Order: sequence, then structure tokens, then C-alpha cells
Amino acid sequence: MIVNRKPLTFWERLYLPAIVGGLKVTLKHAYATLFERKVVTMEYPEQKWAVPPDYRGAPYLVKDQEGHTKCVSCQLCEFVCPPKAIRITPPGTAGQPADRTNAEKMPAEFEINMLRCIFCGFCQEVCPEEAIFLQKDYSLVGSSRAEMIYNKEKLLALGGTHAGVQKWKLKLEEAQAQENFPVKS
Amino acid sequence: MDWNFIIFSAVKIAVVIGVVQGMVAYAVLAERKISAWIQDRVGPNRTAPPFAKHIPVLGRLLTRLGMFQPLADGLKFMFKEDFTPAGVRKIYFFLAPAIAVIPAMLTVAVIPFGSVLGGQKMVIADLNVGILYTFGIVSLGVYGIVLAGYAANSKFPFLGGIRSSAQMISYEISMGLSVIPVLLIVGNLNLGQIIGWQAQHGWLILYAPLAFVIFLVASFAETNRLPFDLPEAETELVGGYHTEYGSMKFALFFLGEYSNMIASSGMMVTLFFGGWTLPFWGLDHPAATLVSGIIHILIFLVKMAAFIVLFIWVRWMFPRFRYDQLMDLGWRRFLPLALVNILITAIILWMRA
Repeated sequence: MIVNRKPLTFWERLYLPAIVGGLKVTLKHAYATLFERKVVTMEYPEQKWAVPPDYRGAPYLVKDQEGHTKCVSCQLCEFVCPPKAIRITPPGTAGQPADRTNAEKMPAEFEINMLRCIFCGFCQEVCPEEAIFLQKDYSLVGSSRAEMIYNKEKLLALGGTHAGVQKWKLKLEEAQAQENFPVKS
Repeated sequence: MDWNFIIFSAVKIAVVIGVVQGMVAYAVLAERKISAWIQDRVGPNRTAPPFAKHIPVLGRLLTRLGMFQPLADGLKFMFKEDFTPAGVRKIYFFLAPAIAVIPAMLTVAVIPFGSVLGGQKMVIADLNVGILYTFGIVSLGVYGIVLAGYAANSKFPFLGGIRSSAQMISYEISMGLSVIPVLLIVGNLNLGQIIGWQAQHGWLILYAPLAFVIFLVASFAETNRLPFDLPEAETELVGGYHTEYGSMKFALFFLGEYSNMIASSGMMVTLFFGGWTLPFWGLDHPAATLVSGIIHILIFLVKMAAFIVLFIWVRWMFPRFRYDQLMDLGWRRFLPLALVNILITAIILWMRA
């Protein structure tokens, strides 16, 4: 393809209009940055991106509406975790009982190694109790490897509350309803 | 020997070198900030010593303006490993940064940066051939770069050095010729007296605008600033003549480049914009009191800062010239133009006389 280039006029060949045009463009940008605050820079730690709703960030444990641990230590997430980032210590027979009525047990210790975690979301998907969720944290910082292994308290504190179906409470209510069922004689 | 003269000269030299170094540091900051503004960014705004956050408003303002950034930059250069590549020619490799800096510093010696302060003329060396001295020294500046390109023993610095030698020599001719109309009009080579003439008759930019334009463009080329930064063209030559340099040696090249910029700003202010004078409020004759002496120095510094900002602004606006275009512009446009300018000025002066 041949592009026909028009020969430049004398005025254009002087190079001056191009200089003035360039100075005008740069000045406009400098003015907009300085006085109209049209800056494209996001000053990161102070300003952050709005994280999209289905974002897969760090997995944290959640509590139910009444502040009880939802995890029942079934260890499904531990088994499904591809990089083996989760380690659950079950309470054992003599361990601490679950902190909500009718739930069988809760983990004695629940650790996620955030250096191993790949944020795949399998733990959330496999959890029968809706106890673990991938949340919106993406910048996890620590000064040592040990610090990056999050334990149960930390995960629960970071996870917050999830107002979902309270499965064990429903079961309890059902059982109570059965007890109180008026038997017609 | 006149001890008074020696002591005062030593003090002036020390102060001027200190001020030029400080200006270099803050010109680098200005470069970064202005480039940021032009590119819709914010520029350096984090660096601060620990005590800065305890100063109520000023600390935050200075941090946002990046006022502590040059300190951090300087420290970084000091503490970096001074690495010498294996293949370099050692003596020249060590010599080149010094040769790049020294001429830049020497140029400042003849520029009158103020009128009189406490009975002392505010110029380090009040030479009768000030302009000739400047051109003599400026032409030495190319050796630092050429030597750096040669000593590094590697192809990119070598190309940078070659380019720079051709470019600087070409533009020095137009630069020298562009000043001749000024000398014809004033009839004196002493920079102090050129300023005195401008105080009486008005700034020389009004008499020789074409000379100013040629001088401006040539000084862009002489200082290796962007439309003409072929010796260090990053996209073509990695780093150009300073590719193989690191830490303080690289910093010296940087210092040389910015000192050159400051010196040529000073020259332009002196030659075309009336130096330390202002045509109103009686600021155009040598100071009688200490205060007006300081005001004269400040006027000079402000004019110079304006030119430095222009240098930076132009740098972030222009694309780089192609090498043949650069040579074409230097030899086939500016050189004839400067010659014609001399001729016309001479004819006008002859007709008037």
C-alpha cells in the first residue's frame, strides 16, 4: 500500500506549529493534574480498588449470627485442598465440645498456610456447613513464614459473620418440636 | 598577594558550588515532578525522614512535594557498590566522570549571579573575555562523554560517544556564531558589562531574538537534553555513553548533565534576559544595600529556574530527533541562519553608525 503524503507547507516545515502544539498539550495535562486533580495514579495503600463481588481472596472461617463457630471439623476441606494448605486438628474424644447446641464438634485447631494457599475456592465449595469462605483480602503480609500460617482465632476474627442457614439450630428446633408434639390419645 | 581577594573568592566558590549542587539535586526532583504532572501522574510523594511526620502541616506538604527525595537519591548513589566491569580501560574509565563534571562546574565561574553584596562583586571571576572563556570550557565537556564511550570498551557506549562528539561539535559552531550579534550590539565580552548594557538599553532578547532561538536550541543540544539526547538514547543505545557506569560514577555524569543545564540557563539569562536586573522598581543598577543585593541574586535565581523548567518541559514534550535530522538541522539550518543573523546585525549597526 502506498500512502500519499502531502508535501508540507512552508509554515509546517518551520516546525514551529508542532512545537507550540506540543507545548499546549503538555501544559493542558500538567494543568489538569495540578489544578483539576485528574490524576490516573491510584495511591495504593490509602486508595484501593473496589473488589468485584465474586472475587476469590483469602479463605477465612466464619461465625454464625449468634457468634458460634460454624466449622464442625469434618476435614473435607483439608482433603480437597490441592496445595495442602489447610491443617485441621480435631478435638478428639476428650476435647472441647462444640460451642453450639446439637452440633457434634468443632476443630481444636484450624490452620491455613497462606503461603501455600492458591485461592482456588475448593474448600468453600466442599464445605457442608458453609463455614469457610473466600473473602476479599488479597494483600496478605507477614514478616516470617510462621506468621503467614493463620490459626483458628485469627481466621475467625478475620472471617466475620455469615448470616446463612443455621442448620444445627433448625435440627434442634425440629427435635424439640418432636418432643413437644401433642400426642392424641 | 591580596588575602582579601583570596578569602572572598574561596567563599564565593564554595557557596556557588554548594548552590549549584543543591540546584542539581532539586532540578532532578523538578524533572520527576514535572514529568509526572505532564503524564497525569503524581510523582515522588512518599520519601520522608522519620521526623517529618511530627511536623504539623509543613512535614506532610514537603513529603507530598517530594522535597526529601533528592536526599534519598543521593544516599542511594553513595551506598551503591562501585562496580568496575572487567573489560574497561581503567584509567579513562575513572577519568571520564571527572572530566564530565569539571567543565560544567567551571562554566559557572564567569556568570554574574548578582550585582554587589557587601562591597563584593557577585561573580567568581570577572573576566574581560567571559564569553570566550565559557565557550572554551563548554567545548571541553564533550571529552568526558567521548572518553566514557571509549573507556567502557563496549559497543553501546562507543556509539553514544561517537554521536555525542559529532553532535556537540556541530552545535557548538551555531552556538558560538549565534552569540556574535550580541557581542556586536554590546561591543564587550565581559558578562557583567553585557548586563550593564541591558540595564540601560533593554534586554537583548528584544534586539536579537533570532540569536536567542539559535542559542536556546544549541544549548539543548550541548546539554544532551531530550530533543537531542542521542548520546544516551535509552531506546537505541541502552544507556548510551554511561551504560557501563554505576553508583557514584554514574551520579557524576548525571551531575554534569544537570550542571550543564544550570550553567546554560545562567548564560541565557545573562546574555538575553538582563541577568540580575529587572527593568522596573529601580532594580537595574548595582545594589547599594545588603537587601537589594540579595534581591538581585534572587531575581537571577528565579530567571534561571524558569529556564530550567523550560528545559524540563521541552524534554517531556518532544520525541527524539533522528541522527541525520539532527545533523541537518545543525549544519544546514542553524549555521546559515546564524551567519545571516550576524550579517544583518552588522549591516544595521553599520548603517546606524
